[in-house]
Amino acid sequence: MFHVAPTTRKRKVRIATTSLSGCFGCHMSLLDIDERLLALAELVEFDRSPITDIKHCGPCDIAIVEGGVCNAENVHVLRELRANAKVLVALGACAVNGGLPAQRNHLDVGECLTRVYTHRSEGMKGSVPSDPELPLLLDKVHPINEVVRVDYFVPGCPPSGDAIWKYLTDLIDGRIPRLEHPMLRFD
Amino acid sequence: MSDYETFLLDGRPVRFERGQTILEAALAAGHYIPNLCHHPEFKPHGSCKLCTIKVNGRYGSACTVKAMPGQEVSSDTPELNGNRRVLLQMLFVEGSHFCPGCEKSGNCALQALAYDLEMLTPHYAHFYPSRPLDASHPDVLIDFNRCIMCELCVRASREVDGKNVFALAGRGVASHVVVNSPSGKLADTDFALTDKAAHICPVGAILPKRVGFAVPIGSRTYDVDAISTLAERRATEEA
Repeated sequence: MFHVAPTTRKRKVRIATTSLSGCFGCHMSLLDIDERLLALAELVEFDRSPITDIKHCGPCDIAIVEGGVCNAENVHVLRELRANAKVLVALGACAVNGGLPAQRNHLDVGECLTRVYTHRSEGMKGSVPSDPELPLLLDKVHPINEVVRVDYFVPGCPPSGDAIWKYLTDLIDGRIPRLEHPMLRFD
Repeated sequence: MSDYETFLLDGRPVRFERGQTILEAALAAGHYIPNLCHHPEFKPHGSCKLCTIKVNGRYGSACTVKAMPGQEVSSDTPELNGNRRVLLQMLFVEGSHFCPGCEKSGNCALQALAYDLEMLTPHYAHFYPSRPLDASHPDVLIDFNRCIMCELCVRASREVDGKNVFALAGRGVASHVVVNSPSGKLADTDFALTDKAAHICPVGAILPKRVGFAVPIGSRTYDVDAISTLAERRATEEA
């Protein structure tokens, strides 16, 4: 039914995925390739990913990063993926340009937090969370190419399942990946 | 000798009438040249530089250079399209172009050109401008953060509506569109929803209110057809 590369492949392509400052919408869109997931499972195996729940990434072929960089933990995760992956793909609007979380970038982050957590109606008074377990927020939300080198960009909010399938299979089969109208979308 | 005149666009002969610009002649003949600040009803502006072509080896704006017999024009080349992509990237980072949250998405010429020229990343450091919205007018909203300063609203208000509601102020990187009223607010002008200037913005800066998602995302102008395909089809229909 679907084209799958010849079975002479020596080993499966190892893929790591993560969602930084994203909404997991891009991962949901990856699942939207539906029954092609079975074909994908023939071609790839997953390292660190919400799909496997592996916490730290080992050497892999492709790292797929959803979401921008909004806190210190995002920076560590992103650098670990870059250090381990041969090819790093920015998946979705947030990874590509910061996306909707970056709409706070023209505001002061301290004021944002104060407004959100302390300016509440009577009886709901709170304070800005300060638990040391919480990752430190950065003053700006960054596209991931401002933190590490990025090999490929797939825009979209989220990119459609078809676009992700096209891009992934291009990459896995060794073609230069390309998205054109109508698969190339920013919304 | 033939009874009409032609120039060569990417090796193909294009017929033109005396007085036409290269862009006008190319569009009329169904050959798309990317453009953003151009509008057939207004005098050329030549500011966005998206239509930059090479005429006999020299750079020029297709919207301002007059077509002449025998010109050799190149437009659809990797070099020129690469330059266009860089111009688009700079436009994207200078403003706040968050397509997923913009109600113009799908009808936006800036976005459509980025699709057409396969701009995958804005690449440069974002400015994240912080310009206040003007929601004072009952029927029209202005988000100055999305303005690309094509001056189409300025031209439409001045030349068609006869109202002179908008103007460009500041210089260089500080250039911006302002509203001509003592308060600087749109509500204090005679601007109306029926004005040409209310519907001419190629991006999501000037938006009529209460129609935002009447046409759903996915069914909009450039969701269905690429901007180049549309322009070429329009030429065929007019011919």
